[in-house]
Amino acid sequence: MLSASPYPALVRAGYRRRSVYLTASLAGLFTNTVFGLLRVAVLLAVVAQTGSTAGYDAGGVSAFVWLGQGLIAVVMLWGDGELSDRVRSGDIAIDLSRPWDLQLALLAGDLGRAGHAVLFRLAPPVAFGALLLPFRWPDDPVPTLLLFTASTVLAVVVSFSLRFLLDLSSFWLLDSRGVRSVYNGLGGVLAGLTVPLAFFPDALRGLLYATPFPAILQTPIDVFTERDGLAELLAHQLLWAVALLALGRLVLARATRKLVVQGG
Amino acid sequence: MAERVYRRIVASRVRSQLAYPVSFALDCVAQAIGQALELVVILVVFGRVQSLGGFERDEVLLMYGLAGIAFGLADLAVGQLDDLPRWIRTGEFDVLLVRPLGALAQLVTSDLQLRRLGRVAVGLVVLLVVVTGAGVEPTPANLALLVLTPLVGTVLISAIWVATCAVSFWVVDGKEVANAFTYGSSLTTSYPITVFGPWLRRLFCFAVPSAFVAYFPALALLDRPDPLGLPHALRYSSPLVAVVAVAAAALVWRTAVRRYQGAGS
Repeated sequence: MLSASPYPALVRAGYRRRSVYLTASLAGLFTNTVFGLLRVAVLLAVVAQTGSTAGYDAGGVSAFVWLGQGLIAVVMLWGDGELSDRVRSGDIAIDLSRPWDLQLALLAGDLGRAGHAVLFRLAPPVAFGALLLPFRWPDDPVPTLLLFTASTVLAVVVSFSLRFLLDLSSFWLLDSRGVRSVYNGLGGVLAGLTVPLAFFPDALRGLLYATPFPAILQTPIDVFTERDGLAELLAHQLLWAVALLALGRLVLARATRKLVVQGG
Repeated sequence: MAERVYRRIVASRVRSQLAYPVSFALDCVAQAIGQALELVVILVVFGRVQSLGGFERDEVLLMYGLAGIAFGLADLAVGQLDDLPRWIRTGEFDVLLVRPLGALAQLVTSDLQLRRLGRVAVGLVVLLVVVTGAGVEPTPANLALLVLTPLVGTVLISAIWVATCAVSFWVVDGKEVANAFTYGSSLTTSYPITVFGPWLRRLFCFAVPSAFVAYFPALALLDRPDPLGLPHALRYSSPLVAVVAVAAAALVWRTAVRRYQGAGS
């Protein structure tokens, strides 16, 4: 019997593990900021013609771009395939025999990592964008920021669950690189990193919201910029977070049954 | 003699990639999707507005097509330089230095990523589809320009790649910093430079000479004046800029390698 739950310690460990690599954070920050500047230039050129496009004005697209560039690292849009490598190398057998629930343990570590990213990867580009460019701040800061926090946590859970599933595909495919590279490519556009999903034609947008992608980036940004229909958006996030976590457990159980550990 | 060695190295890389045809085909498709994403962005944007930075949809797509081919070919040729930080960290780079062949040439031939042809294909298809719609007259000069532009662009982007990846010799985690310029240039070359503000333009279109990959040649192809009022000669100067860029990249690379002291103990 464990004297204490290991999960809070794993959250802290996830945070501390990232804080060791400060230069990596700075380098990532530089890249996010450069891409933010280029993206916001294109979108500002779009809204400059009409004053407002699909409910976005100059401050709106700027908030969209800077929050998006920061949230990439928070939700970890592009996974590192670490779990996939452990499946391929066989180290997964050790992970599975530890006295924890593997999915919960990894999620705890990922939440700690995300907490570090909020401070070091999300706050700086948002501050940078807000100081240099027009920026849409919430009209109702306190409730909006609370909702934004909740929505960001849900976004991390959805993103984590998808990455977990992609990595588990290694149990069957041995190399999940192909699947992950397609996901990484599609993710940016479908989640709402490059262009606001509101710019898409209505029919396509309906299709997009049948997938979990908007829950990863566009929804927290929509919450921050106080767009309409937030209750549905948050419900969409919650639904996908629960469904994908459950699917992950199911797939892990299947994969474990398939696992053969060699040697004594 | 060295050429024969390189030819054999490259041939073996090509054979190894084609050994798994299904995996190779999937990789090509993934690359094509990666390239098509910016196309989706351009199409979505033009679903909302009639012109961007003073250019119509087909004109922007012409730039996107030219840039896509150039970026894909450059990525195919020198994209493996992204792994330079790993080569340095693990000490494998030191091994290259003691071989009687150039370090850069060895790195470049260490992996010829044929899957990048997926990117090239998307650029090529878009270019062929929009070239008449954008209003490019079928003159011999324009045909020559259409063939030459992606090739000169490949040289330009490759030079940017080599110069920025050399940062890894000085900065740990230099890869991310280099990515801002290499993958960033795939973004800046795909749009008219008029959408970027004056400072971004100076840095990302001229200092990093991405404006010469597609924007200026496209002005020549479309036979229209530069909305920024820049000199007329610029639209034909891409080959010259490419020569300068290669010289600059070579200088940066050589300085970096000469100062390199090894990562090992």
